[in-house]
Formats: sequence, C-alpha cells, structure tokens
Amino acid sequence: MAVIESSTDVVLSGVRGGPAVKTLRQDRWWLQPVVTVSILTAFVVYSTWSAFNPHNYYVGAMMHRDLISPFFSPCLASSCVEGSQIGFALSGWSLSPAFLILIFPLGFRLTCYYYRRSYYRAFWWSPPACAVSDGHKKYTGETRFPLLMQNAHRYFFYFGIVFNCLLTYDALRAFHQPGIGFGVTLGTIVLTVNATLLWLYSLSCHACRHLCGGSLKTFSNHPVRHRLWKFITPLNENHMKFAWASLIFVALTDVFVRLVASGAITDFRLF
Amino acid sequence: MADVTMKIWRGDASGGEFQNYTIEQNDNEVVLDVIHRIQATEAPDLACRWNCKAGKCGSCSAEINGKPRLMCMTRMDTLPEGPVTVTPMKTFPIIRDLVTDVSFNYAMAAKIPALLPKPMPEGGYRLMQEDVERSQEFRKCIECFLCQDVCHVIRDHEDNKANYAGPRFFIRIAELEMNPLDTNDRREFVREDMGLGYCNITKCCTEVCPEGIHITDNAIIPLKERVVAANYDPVAWLGRKIRRQTKKTSAEAAVQPAP
Amino acid sequence: MSNYEHHDYDVLIIGAGGAGLRAAIEAKQRGLKVGIITKSLLGKAHTVMAEGGMAAAMGNVYEEDNWMVHFRDTMRGGKYLNNYRMAELHAKEAPERVLELEQWGALFDRTKDGKILQRDFGGHRYARLAHTGDRTGLELIRTLQQKVVSMGTDVFMEVKVLKLVHDDAGRVAGCVAYHRASGEFVTFAAKAVILATGGAGKSWKFTSNSWEGTGDGHAMALWAGAKLIDMECIQFHPTGMVWPLSVRGILVTEGVRGDGGVLRNSLGERFMFNYVAPMFRAETAETEEEGDLWYDDHNAGRRPPELLPRDEVARAINTEVKAGRGGPHGGVFLDIGSRRSAEFIRRRLPSMYHQFMELAGVDITREAMEIGPTCHYIMGGVQVDADTAATAAPGLFAAGEVAGGMHGANRLGGNSLSDLIVFGKRAGAGAADYVLSGQAATSLNQSAVEAAIKEALAPFERTEGENPYTIQHDLQEMMQANVGIIRTQSELDFALGELDKFTERVKNIAVKGGRAYNPGWNLTTDLPAMLAVCKTVALGASFRKESRGGHTREDFPTASEEFSKFNLAHSSNGGNWDSPIETTESPLLPIPQELKALLEEAH
Ligand SMILES: Cc1cc2nc3c(=O)[nH]c(=O)nc-3n(C[C@H](O)[C@H](O)[C@H](O)COP(=O)(O)OP(=O)(O)OC[C@H]3O[C@@H](n4cnc5c(N)ncnc54)[C@H](O)[C@@H]3O)c2cc1C
Ligand code: SF4
Ligand code: SF4
Ligand code: FES
Ligand code: FES
Repeated sequence: MAVIESSTDVVLSGVRGGPAVKTLRQDRWWLQPVVTVSILTAFVVYSTWSAFNPHNYYVGAMMHRDLISPFFSPCLASSCVEGSQIGFALSGWSLSPAFLILIFPLGFRLTCYYYRRSYYRAFWWSPPACAVSDGHKKYTGETRFPLLMQNAHRYFFYFGIVFNCLLTYDALRAFHQPGIGFGVTLGTIVLTVNATLLWLYSLSCHACRHLCGGSLKTFSNHPVRHRLWKFITPLNENHMKFAWASLIFVALTDVFVRLVASGAITDFRLF
Repeated sequence: MADVTMKIWRGDASGGEFQNYTIEQNDNEVVLDVIHRIQATEAPDLACRWNCKAGKCGSCSAEINGKPRLMCMTRMDTLPEGPVTVTPMKTFPIIRDLVTDVSFNYAMAAKIPALLPKPMPEGGYRLMQEDVERSQEFRKCIECFLCQDVCHVIRDHEDNKANYAGPRFFIRIAELEMNPLDTNDRREFVREDMGLGYCNITKCCTEVCPEGIHITDNAIIPLKERVVAANYDPVAWLGRKIRRQTKKTSAEAAVQPAP
Repeated sequence: MSNYEHHDYDVLIIGAGGAGLRAAIEAKQRGLKVGIITKSLLGKAHTVMAEGGMAAAMGNVYEEDNWMVHFRDTMRGGKYLNNYRMAELHAKEAPERVLELEQWGALFDRTKDGKILQRDFGGHRYARLAHTGDRTGLELIRTLQQKVVSMGTDVFMEVKVLKLVHDDAGRVAGCVAYHRASGEFVTFAAKAVILATGGAGKSWKFTSNSWEGTGDGHAMALWAGAKLIDMECIQFHPTGMVWPLSVRGILVTEGVRGDGGVLRNSLGERFMFNYVAPMFRAETAETEEEGDLWYDDHNAGRRPPELLPRDEVARAINTEVKAGRGGPHGGVFLDIGSRRSAEFIRRRLPSMYHQFMELAGVDITREAMEIGPTCHYIMGGVQVDADTAATAAPGLFAAGEVAGGMHGANRLGGNSLSDLIVFGKRAGAGAADYVLSGQAATSLNQSAVEAAIKEALAPFERTEGENPYTIQHDLQEMMQANVGIIRTQSELDFALGELDKFTERVKNIAVKGGRAYNPGWNLTTDLPAMLAVCKTVALGASFRKESRGGHTREDFPTASEEFSKFNLAHSSNGGNWDSPIETTESPLLPIPQELKALLEEAH
C-alpha cells in the first residue's frame, strides 16, 4: 500500500475490483423505493386535485361547525367561503385560495432532510438503494442551483411554525360549535391530531435541533439550550415516522372535511 | 453441518473473476473464518485483510452478497441459503482479490486540520461529560471505510474523488467542530474543500456503519446546518455583523496546529 | 548502489502502534526526519484492540493515589522481576503523558467535576485507568495517528521489515523490507532505528493477538545483537472467549470485573475466594459482602479476589476447570448481568455487549459469559536502558510491548497503554539524542541486504514443499500444549526438540502464487521470527526452575529466592534466524533504598 506523506495527492483512479454489475444484492432492495414512490405520488395527485377544487373545504355555522381543511388554512383570498377567513382577505385572486399558501408546507417538505433522502433515492435514483449503482453519468449533489436552495430549509421551518400555530388555532376554534357552544366532535379530534402531528414533525426537524442547541460547541455553559436540545433529540430520531404520519394525516383531514362539508357523512358529536 | 459454496472474486488490476470454493461450514462461523479456512487449505495466496477478528480494527471490509460489511462480524448463519458472494470494496482501486488500495482515505485524513486546542491549564482540562459525548460517538469510528465504499458520490462517480472527503471524514470534522477545546472554524473548509454539498443525505453510510454511528443525522446534517449559518443564512450573517464576529475562510482554517 | 526502492531517515520507527507513534511525535518535535513502517494499515495495530484503559496515578477518583502507590503495585504485580527504574519512570510520567493526549484530540470519559474518569483494574490499589468506554486503545491510537499525520510524517503502510541491517562498524543502520501489496523489496537507511513492533502471542493456539503478533521485533533485535529478557513470562489473560470455537481466545476486557463482574464455577461458587495467595491476603476481601462494598468505596471494604493480578486469576481458572467445575465449553462463568443493570452494562461496556451479542448470541446483560485464559501479552522483550530505551545494539532502540523489563514477571492491566506513551516518548528522545550526538551509522551493508532478500525469495524456488499454514498451525498446537500456562521440565525439553524440527520444516516451505499481496508468502516470512521467539520462551522457561508471575512450573510450584535476583537474557550466536541462542543470567538492577522502602510498606 501507498506511503502517506503530507504531500501525497489523493489517489483518484485505478482499476476497480469485482464484477462490473449494477449490484450484487440479492434482497428486495427495490421494495423501499417502490413504496416511497407510491405514497408520495398518491399524495401529490390527491393534493393537486384538492387544490384545484376549492369547494367543500370548510364546514361552517350552517352545520353548527367550524372546521377548515388544512390545505386551505389560512384562507386568504376574498373568494374564500364565509367564515373560513381569518380577518384578512386578498381581493382579485381568482385562483383557488389553496395556491396562496401551499408553497409553504410544500417547500417545507421538499427541503426537509428526510424527504430529500427519500426522493433522491426513489425518484432520482441517486442511488436507488445502498450499493446499487445510481442512474446518472454526472453528479454534483446539492452544490449547484437549484438544489443549492435546499439550504433555505430553516426558513421554511420558520414558516412551518407559523402554520402550525394557525392550524392549532383552527383546531381550538373547532371546539366552539356555532349555535351550540363548546363540544367535542370527531372533527375536533381530527383537527387536533393533525395539528399535533404537524408539531411533532416540525419540532423533530433537523434545523430545529440545530437552532435549539445543536449549533453550540459547549453545552455545559448553555444549560437551557442544552435541555432544549436534549428534548428535541429523541423527537428528531423519529423524524421519519412523524414525516409520514403527518403527511398522510393531512390528506385524511382534508378528506374528512370534504366529506362532512359535502354532507356525505356527519361530524359525529361525542360530548 | 452442510457444505456452503463461496463465490469469491479473485484477480487484480489486470482482471479477475469469481472462483467457487465449496467448503464445510461449522456452527457459528463468520465469513472471515471460512475465508481463512480456504486460505489455509485450497488457496494460500487468497488475499484478504484482517486483524482483530472482533469488529474493532476495521481491516476486513468487503462486500458480502453485494452489501458492504465486515467479514469478521457477518455470521454465516444469518445469510440466506445458497452461494455467498464475496467481492472487494468497489469504490477503491483493486490490489488483489479482496484487498483494495484505500489510500484515498489516508490522503483525505491528512488534509483535515487537526484539533486547535485552547491552552491547557495546570493539571489538565476540565470537560463535562455532556460536552464530550457528541464527539465521542464519532471517535468510535474504526476506519473500516465501509461508509466511504457505499457512498454513491464516489462509488458511482470516480471524478468526484478529487473534491469529496466522504462520510468518514465528515464525522471527523464534526467531531472537531463539536470538541469544546477546539478554536478552529472549519465550516468554509468543509464546504469548499471537503465537498459537503455533494452529500445528498441518502444515509447509506449510516446503514452500513458497523459501529452504529449516526453519521448522517448526528454529523453530516448538523454540519450542513452549520454551513448554512456560515454561508446561506442572511439573518445569521447580520448577527455576525452586529456582534462583530467573523468566520474563517477555508484557507485560514486549513492549518495544522504547531507540532 | 542498491537496485531497490530506497529511503533515508534520521529516525526510522518500525511499528505504528502506540509506542511507535508516540516515539515518532517526539523525534519529529526535535526537528528530525522521521519515517514509520507498519506491516498492516495505519491505525490497525494491536493498540487499537485495547479495551479497558491506561493506568496513570492522577488521583482523580481517589486522591490518595500517587506515583509511589502505582510504582509499588507495578513491582508487586511483576513479582519484583521488573527493571525498577522503568517502573519508577512509568509511574511518575504516565499522568503527564495522558493529559497531553487531550491536546491532540483524545476524549476520555469524565468525572462529575470534569476531570478524566478512572476505573478499577486488577492489581491496582485505586481506580486508576483513564478510559473511553471499553475502547481506550482505539482512542489512543487514533489520537496519536492523527497527531502524527498532522505533523506530516511519512508512514509506510503494509511494508514488512525482514531484518535489521548494520553498517560496516557494526552499528544498526537501517533495514530491509518489502511492500506487501507488490512484493517489491525496499531498503531504509537511518541514523537510529526504534523497534515498536508489539507482541508475539500468535504462536499460541488460543490468543487475543492478531496475525501481526509474531514477535518480528523481538527476533530482529536478537539477530541484530540486542538481548531478550524474561521471555518465559507470558501473560495468559484470564478472560478470553471460549465459545464459539471460531472466536476462541478473543479478549473479554478486565473492565467487566472492574465494573462489578464476578467469576463463578459450574456450581455457582465465587471460587476466587479460595485462591488468594498469602502475598495478597491483607488487601483482599474475605467475604462476598465485603467485596461488594468495595466497588463503591475502596475504604469501606477490601477488593474482591476477582481483581487479583492476572496470573493469579488465570491459574485459578485453570485449576477449577481441571477439577471438573468448568462450563460446557471448558471455561468458567463471568457474570455481570445479575449484578448490574442492563443500562449500566451497555453504557460502560458497549463493545463487550456487542461482541457477545453478535459473535456468540449471548446477551451479557442477562446471561453469564463463558470464559477461559487466552495468550495475551509477552512481558519479556528487548533489554533496554530505562531512561533512553537504548538496547545493547548501538543505534537500536525499543519501546512498547517489544521491550522487556517494565512489567517484570506479570503485567498489570492498563499498564501497557501507559507504558507505550511513557517509553514511546523516551525512545523518541533517546534516538534523537543519539542521532544528534553524531555517532550514528553511515551506510547499509549491501551484502546483508542481498542475503536477506535471497532468503525471503527461496520458498518461491521450491516446487515441492510444505504449506506455511500447516506449519503455523502445528506450531501453535505444540506451544499451547507444551509451553502453555502450566509447564514442566519434560514438556519443555520436548518442545525444544520439536522447535528444532520446525526449523527444518520452515526451510522446506514452498509458496504458491506470486509476490503481490500473497498472505501465504507473508506468513512464510513471519515464521523465522515466530520460531526464534518460541525458542527463547522455551529456553527461559526451562531455565527458570520456579513459578513466578506469568511463568508457572508444575514441578516447581513456588517462587524461589535464588531466581529472584536475575533475568534470563538471550542472545544470538551468529545473527541468523537459525543461529544458536545463548542464555545467561542478567542480574537485576539494585533498587535504591528510598524506593525499596515503598515496596516494604504495609499496604
Ligand atoms: C485485545 C487486547 C486488549 C488489550 N487491552 C489492554 C488494555 O485495556 N490496557 C492496556 O494497557 N493494554 C491492553 N492490551 C495490551 C496492549 O494493547 C498492547 O500491549 C500494546 O498495544 C502494544 O503496543 P505496541 O505499540 O507495543 O505495539 P502494537 O500496537 O502491537 O503495534 C505493533 C506495530 O508494529 C508493526 N510491526 C510488527 N512487526 C513488523 C514488521 N516486521 N515490519 C513492519 N512492521 C511491523 C505492526 O504492523 C504494528 O504497527 C491489550 C491487548 C490486546 C491484544
Ligand atoms: S448520506 Fe451523504 S455521505 Fe452518506 S452515503 Fe449518502 S451521500 Fe454519502
Ligand atoms: S464511520 Fe462507521 S462505516 Fe465509516 S469508517 Fe467509521 S466505522 Fe466504518
Ligand atoms: S422538516 Fe425534516 S428535517 Fe426539517
Ligand atoms: S478483523 Fe478487525 S474488524 Fe474485522
């Protein structure tokens, strides 16, 4: 083997050993990418459909409820159905109100470290699975535009926090049923679970972990931030689970609100 | 016990092929035991590396049934029925049989600016356990280079080797950046010279690490976040201006401590 | 001039374990040109496998601890066969050497107030081992490796040194070696050479040593005119894995016992209470209850007998197994799972947990481990001057496991890693002083180079001959059976006869394949050194008609006053690998009065 000297340059190339095949793995390495592609595609298709169909996203006073779909909250256009706005209305917006806001959660998830891992693997195939050749001639990773923009993740995280506050507000508001008063319905539970999962997803975010304390060199002289970091770290270890759970549940919440709004089901009142 | 067929890649830079060895398999054996038995009997010139036989030295890296693993920690009875393929690590140039030229890694290691410590007080440093724990995780690394081998950035793109340190050295830099005694700032260095941006956090390094180091979550992503603060975050930039802090350029960071 | 790749250095260091790397740092700091050679990759030497810790009387856990206690423990552990001056320097300098590692990036486990945490090990009166979990050797070698690399030192990896070469005036002037990757020869000329080649345990069947532990440095020093002492003193570590067979011999750290693990026989008895030698009775617990108090507070009770020096424990295990009270695979049981919480075990002993889980399918937090003695360390080695590490061969220095004297007849756990950094530094300084004094060697004797190369290539010329693996295997069986833990004259005589036969067999090896990375050939070039070491061990063992430390004679079961006065020193008569070996008595250094007083003090 070579001599290491301070001056030695990196040995760049050389003939490689082993057979020239894509992979020698015998297990079902393709299963994971297939599952990822299926779920993400289903979500994108559904959410696009939903955004293009701006009706039935709000259950209002007529039905003695105050439930809004997370795809449409906050509802900022003047075209938003009555009761769904939050005191601010943008006039002249003729598209679906969902398009005013979707960029934020979408950007948050697109730049999320976990989703990046998943779609780079499943959609880009770089690599499709570990020790399986990636499908591209050239590879520059996240060093150039547009992928350089992944570095903006922490800003999407900030917006994510704002959205979580709004959705939490939506959930709390739902407990007050117009014309009836305080009560717990299936809808309040759905909205609460949705908000909770979104909080877990955001708090377990890597940018959050960094901002809370990960950026420190020494913990012992920052006891508060150290404690925050210690609180976030176990959540962060489960970030993947929260990412999937919150994604699927957001869609389910939208489905639920639509079904109630369209009258297909009733929002059952528990007490 | 039944016999097992080992399909071992044998050859060197001039070419090679699989050779089959059918050999008896004993209880609880690991792949390295079987290789050693082949060596002691049929093929005394079968080249492979090993030292500790207990997952401590990181010498015996190879690819078993296509997966980068330590031969001494892979039990035969955990592998599926049928022939077992053993091939050399793919990312590094071949020397012979299962032995590859891993000098890429040593050259990269030499480029990394070592700890630039605060002066040591009389009687030694005082460090709290919570302050050393993060770096201690990375210092568990046994330098098996399996993470380097599996990393597609260089596994599938030879030309990136010039600009890319690889996961083993990202944890080394993370370790130094999180060492409370350190006074250097390697954020620009790791971005510009070590190619942190090439990593797309697909986590294969973490999947193969025999030491179970959370390479991606605990080292690479925290490093990426630190680089964001140094480079891409306008608020952090403003904060630095207000507090009159500076960051080190890559060249400023790339100095070795005095001997 | 020679036709081979050639390099010149001021100081050439053979071996990149802890001792070699520490020596390199020192020589480099003196401004010399330094080259390091290792026959494996950088960072893979035995040092990386060390688990428990390194002993240094820093007094971080017990303030009462100081160098004098450490010195006393080392001498008592070594059964007074030590070079007292080495033990003294070691005890005095170890704390400073450990502290300096932190400036180079080492991260040890901490006490509550932020100092380096220290753990208990056998034979050490106080908790004294600085450690990082149970991977202290890794921490040490990585720290030194990173320091050496940051200083821009040349490291020749996978280069195997065959022989030292003198200049015409008889000074050691360099060596001849080959690249394992290509099989091409390479020569090194140097003004001073430091041997740091580690141990020789690979000649036994059950061993914690890797393929590297073939005693090359011991043999090369012998051939180059230095003396080997105490070769009969081999440490059989009490706790090696015994099952599964393929991992038999792999080490289980003493840290398991230091952290509360106890030994039981198949009847469930803590048998060690029956094996406390008179020398240790005053400081050893008499009941299990007393021993248990000790773990938390060493002043509340005396230490449990599981933590006696290694030779005592290994012999006791051997006796238990012979008496039929062993486990199903011929070992006894080491139990920590019933005594400490699973969380504690996983935090303090993570790699032991992992090792048993993966290799044996045993969960040590719930089940006992079955263990037995394994060949671990050679106390014997090259005789050196304590202060400079100089050997009897001018220009040759030695440090680390390859050097003898520091540990006497038995080494205490943890004293090796600290030995590496204390005497590694001293060897670097000794060699540097020698180089700067201007009396160093000039040029390599070319005919010696040619002869060594011719010898190394001979096995390729034979078409018919023996497989080197068979010879190595037979040698290991023979040494295990006849020069193992317990020895008798008849077996030793038999072994000496067998070793001569092995010498003839080695001359008849035929190697298959080419020179490039050919492990069969590489092993062939190790065998002469293995035989030289085995011979000195067997000779020393047959001369020393007493039992002491790592040398136990069935026919002379006690220590004798007569043999307490000297080391057995071996030298080569001819300097070739098959030259006859001469064994003489080398009187121990007289211990100065004030140090003697420390030894005599009641505990
Ligand atoms: C499993 C295990 C656990 C241990 N645990 C502990 C512990 O907890 N505490 C403790 O104090 N001690 C422990 N020891 C003992 C200690 O680790 C060793 O004694 C020590 O590391 C030896 O260091 P060294 O520098 O002398 O040599 P090594 O680390 O053995 O290095 C020898 C070097 O010499 C090179 N070399 C040898 N021959 C040649 C040649 N012919 N040509 C070129 N290069 C050559 C090798 O490649 C290697 O680089 C343990 C040992 C083992 C095996
Ligand atoms: S996570 Fe990054 S460093 Fe690790 S294997 Fe993937 S691309 Fe390589
Ligand atoms: S990080 Fe893990 S996989 Fe990579 S070299 Fe270290 S031990 Fe091996
Ligand atoms: S949201 Fe996934 S990492 Fe930030
Ligand atoms: S031989 Fe040391 S890790 Fe496998």
